[in-house]
Formats: sequence, C-alpha cells, structure tokens
Amino acid sequence: MATVMKLVHRNALTSLMGQHCLSFSSAAAHRAAGVRAAQAFPGKVKIVEVGPRDGLQNEKTLVPTEAKIKLINMLSESGLSVIEATSFVSPKWVPQMADQVEVMKGISRKPGVTYQVLTPNLQGFQAAVKAGAPEVAIFGAASELFSKKNINCSVDESLQRFDEVMKAAKEAGVPVRGYVSCVIGCPYEGKVAPEKVAHVAKRLYSMGCYEISLGDTIGVGTPGSMTKMLEAVIKEVPVSALAVHCHDTYGQALANILVALQMGISVVDSSVAGLGGCPYAQGASGNVSTEDVVYMLHGLGIQTGVDLSKLMDAGAFICQTLNRKTSSKVAQAACKL
Amino acid sequence: MGNVPTTVKHCLSYEQLIEDYPWLRRWLQEDKTITGHAYPEFVKIVEVGPRDGLQNEKEIVPTGVKIQLIDMLSGTGLSVIEATSFVSSKWVPQMADHTDVLRGIQKASNVQYPVLTPNLQGFQDAVAAGATEVAVFGSASETFSKKNINCSVDESMLRFEEVINAAKKRQIPVRGYVSCALGCPHEGHIEPSKVAEVAKRLYEMGCYEISLGDTIGIGTPGSMLKMLQRVMKDVPINALAVHCHDTYGQALPNILTALQMGVSVVDSAVAGLGGCPYAQGSSGNVSTEDVLYMLHGMGIETGVNIAKVIEAGSFICSALSRKTNSKVAQARSTACCDASL
Repeated sequence: MATVMKLVHRNALTSLMGQHCLSFSSAAAHRAAGVRAAQAFPGKVKIVEVGPRDGLQNEKTLVPTEAKIKLINMLSESGLSVIEATSFVSPKWVPQMADQVEVMKGISRKPGVTYQVLTPNLQGFQAAVKAGAPEVAIFGAASELFSKKNINCSVDESLQRFDEVMKAAKEAGVPVRGYVSCVIGCPYEGKVAPEKVAHVAKRLYSMGCYEISLGDTIGVGTPGSMTKMLEAVIKEVPVSALAVHCHDTYGQALANILVALQMGISVVDSSVAGLGGCPYAQGASGNVSTEDVVYMLHGLGIQTGVDLSKLMDAGAFICQTLNRKTSSKVAQAACKL
Repeated sequence: MGNVPTTVKHCLSYEQLIEDYPWLRRWLQEDKTITGHAYPEFVKIVEVGPRDGLQNEKEIVPTGVKIQLIDMLSGTGLSVIEATSFVSSKWVPQMADHTDVLRGIQKASNVQYPVLTPNLQGFQDAVAAGATEVAVFGSASETFSKKNINCSVDESMLRFEEVINAAKKRQIPVRGYVSCALGCPHEGHIEPSKVAEVAKRLYEMGCYEISLGDTIGIGTPGSMLKMLQRVMKDVPINALAVHCHDTYGQALPNILTALQMGVSVVDSAVAGLGGCPYAQGSSGNVSTEDVLYMLHGMGIETGVNIAKVIEAGSFICSALSRKTNSKVAQARSTACCDASL
C-alpha cells in the first residue's frame, strides 16, 4: 500500500484518499472536535476584582467611604486574592475616588489578598505609597485618539509618564500591573490593530509591569477578534503575564473569556455585581460580573478560591447601597429560584 | 498488505491521519480555525421568539402584533421561525390564537414556520391551519415531564409517536426538543445518558433534528461539553441543535462550546423574549441579536441581517412595553458612536 502511495502523483492521491478518509473519518473528526473542545483549560484562574475601583468609578451615585470600605472587606472574605481598591487620581477628574487615602487606611487587610491601586502619574504613586498601597497599576491605550481624549496625550507620551512611575516603583520594591485599553475597538477610531495592542503590551511589560491586563473597553470584541488580538500579543508577551478585562456591553464577555482561557490566559478581571456601566453607551452594561465569571469557571472545574455565595452577599450589599439592580445574571437567578 | 493496518488506522483516527499527512489539513479546510478549533462555516438560527418567547411573557399580545412580528422576522434572512403552538388555550392562553396567527402571516418562500404540537389533536389542528412543519417536546427529566405535561417521559414518547406517524403520512417534517438537558428545576442534575436516551428515541422515531434545551439556563461550558459528548454517540451531530437559556448568563459560552463540538444549529429569541418561569424576573431565552453578533464576529455566516432583527425586537418590546434583553440592541440604541465592529 505504502509503495503504491509513493508512486502515484500526490495530487491524485489527495483527492482519492481525502474522499475515503472524509467518509470514514467524519465520525472520528467529530470525536476529535470533542477532544479539542474539552482540552486546555487552566486548572486555576486568578480573578482580579475591579469592582471597588473600575466599577464604582463608573457609577453615577457617590458612595460613602464607609460603604466602600465595607464592600472591600466583604470581598476580602470571599476568597478573592486581588482587589483593586481605589485610584490615586485627582478628585477633580474622578470625584468618586476622592476618598482614596481614607479607603486605603480604613480597609481590613486580609493576609494573602493584594490591594492594588491605580496611579496615573508620579504624584499619584507617591500618595499611594504614603497611604500604604502594596501594589499599583498604570494604564496605556492601544488607540491614539482614545489616549488623547482620555488623558490628553499620545500613547508614547503616556508611556514616558509611566516610566517615572516604574522607576519609583522599582526603587520602592512595589509591583506594577499594566492595563491596555481599547484592545479590540475604540469609541473614536473603530477597529484597533492587534499589532498596536501587542506593541503597547510589550512596552509595558519591558518597562517592568509584571502583568498586562488587556481591556476590551467598549465590549465590542467577539471570540473572533479576541483570538486575533491575543495571538498577536502572545508573540510579544508571555501568556502567563497576560490577563483579560472584558466588558459585557454587547453580551460577549463570557464567550471572550472562554476563548482567552483556551489560549492559555489564566487571569481574568471582573467586577462584583457587574458594577460600572459603559461611559460610551449610556445605560448599557460595562464590566462583566464576577459572579457570572466564577459560575462559569466553577462549572468548568476550574479553581478560583472564591466562595460564590459570599461574593453574592458583597454584590447584594453594594447594590442596596447604590439603590440599583445587580447586573449579574447569576445573582438575579439565584435569589429568585 | 502489510500497510492495510495503517490505512485503517488513518480512517479510524483523524488525529493520526493529520499527523501523518499534514498537507491534508489545508485540503480539508481545517485552516479556518480560531484557537485551534474548527467552527462551522454556516450556522442556522431557529428563531423561537414568537412561540417560546411570547409564551413566557405575562402580557397577552394581540394577534395582529404577533403576525406583524413574524412578518418582520420573515424579512430578516432567518430561515426558520417557530410561529405558534397548537396547545390547549386553557393551559397556554398566549397561544390561543394559533390558527389565526398561522393563517394571518405572510409566509416567505424560503422560510419554515414550525409549530408546536403536543399531541395528535394539536397536530390535526395545525395541519388544518396550514402548518408544514411541526415540533414535539420531550424531557430528560421524569419529574419535569410529570409536572409539565402530567405524564412520564415514556408516556409522552408514545403520544409523540402518534404525532410523528401522522406527520410521516403527510410528509410533514418533525423537529424534536429535549428539555432539561443540563439540569431540572425539580431533580437538579440530569445525567447526560438520560438526555442521550430521549434524543435517540426522538431521532429514531423520525425527528429530523433534535434541539437540546437548557431549560433553566443552569449549564456551563463544562456540563454542555459532557452532555454533547454523550448525545453525539447516539445522534449524528448534524441532526443536533442547542437551545440555551441565559438565566445564569452562560448562554453564549455554552453556544460557543457547542459550535466547537460541531453543532451548527442554534435556537434563540429576538430581544431575548421570554423570562424564566422557574426564576421570576430572570432572563430566559438567549437573544438572537447577541448570538448573531458573536457568530458574525467569528466570520460564521447565518444569512441573517442583524439590523433588521434589532428592528423586529424593538417593535415587539414596544408592543410589550418592556426593555429588550439583548445587550447588542441596548448598546446600539444608546452608543454615542457606532463603535461595534
């Protein structure tokens, strides 16, 4: 048989063999599809809870400091290992985060939990360290227009600003997490090239960020565009240093997170109760709900360390404080069954 | 003849075939993969809004509105629209106007309008009203079957056999549904083998397609995978569809998982019509708009115009005085700029 195959022209062989093997192997191919679908999920996923910062920052109602502190304490008890507590940004720009120092000083820091804060510049970094922040985060954008409209400078200029923060952080021994926003689409530019995202991610990683969170800021991504973007970024930054920050504005967040996990990502950002709407589509949802993410991960047998019912308690508390309904479907369903 | 085992090996193991002949992958068009998964090039959407959706809405919708909804959906490119249900109006008042609806709609030539027929009486009424395709509902849960239609799964199969036999005589295709495929509000966990058993029975009785329904939306990609792996042993994959509910927000990742396994038929409801009768106030059906957005974003063709579906959704939500459950529709209507890709 093998001898015959070598003698016959390759193209002729292809169609014959192909036909045969298509008919015999369609069942085998479907079994293979099943095998592929089942493969390659990480055994553990780290959830980065951004509700107290990214979530509350995008809520219109100003939340009292005590309520923020209580929320963070409840989240600490739910098993989360990383909580983004506040932002050391000027209160003139973000009134919700004006009580940054009181929040940092007021929370009960649970051992084993990292409390990250945003630091948009050196001044913010210094204030953060003074208030006892053990870890900070900086934000870059993959879209030039978004960078200009959001922080009034080009992407390169913003990265130069962050250089100062990086140097200071290295001296102080403070780890820095990097965020890239608009990784799939931009409200001003439209589609964002995956290579641009890879470029910014690589810069942040080379500057010293231990982890780069890739944010679909307006939630336009789908498993198609998410995959293309991740393929480009994974060429430049090790997958173990990548996280995804998916917005659920178009309902795609969980599907996008699923493909990211299949590509080897094991860090997912989410927000309790899906706090934080979309500033670019009024009334639409923003952050994906931590409860819904944890439900999916646990259903896949992936460990997160999070106690879903304690998490839902925290979500119920903050929604009551904000006088709004939860955006989490798990929370909505669980209390009505 | 010493190499016959190799050939047999290739025909039995797709992975081995591709390993030994890597150039075959291109010929078999395996290149179009996302994350190493091959997705179907085309997915058929079965629009269940006018039946499954409206059936679970509290407000009774006037016949004229139902007809207009179906007519709008007929113009979107959808090829299957579940129009109504020939069930007793005592049980389902929303579907009392089934005959008027089926007779009143403008049937597009390239669209099928299946109707639910729970028993022979319903089937006969459906045929008299002009139905050209029908559907029957089985359950993978005994308790659900008893509480829902007052008989065991086996008894329900006997009823459906009557319908299917009558349908065969008239050459009317029958679609089968299996509810509680990933969990039951009464029994909890449902064994994949039970789902497979019911699916197989319906298929062998003559249903051309079996839609596997996550009735309470409790499934995740983990349980969807296990269930499909088991069912695929007994029913060919091209005869399977998934009917995912979004009660726990898991519908799209569950659908994605099904696509990765080779399923290429997806049920959904315009505007996510139809709440969950087992979790009051929670969502039920997944929104057609959100499913389309995902599929199109992945380069999968559906033949459906999403903008026209959004219009139909907007119409029915206005008629029901309710907000859409579709996140795509919500975002598109309020976005400050058309940023969707």
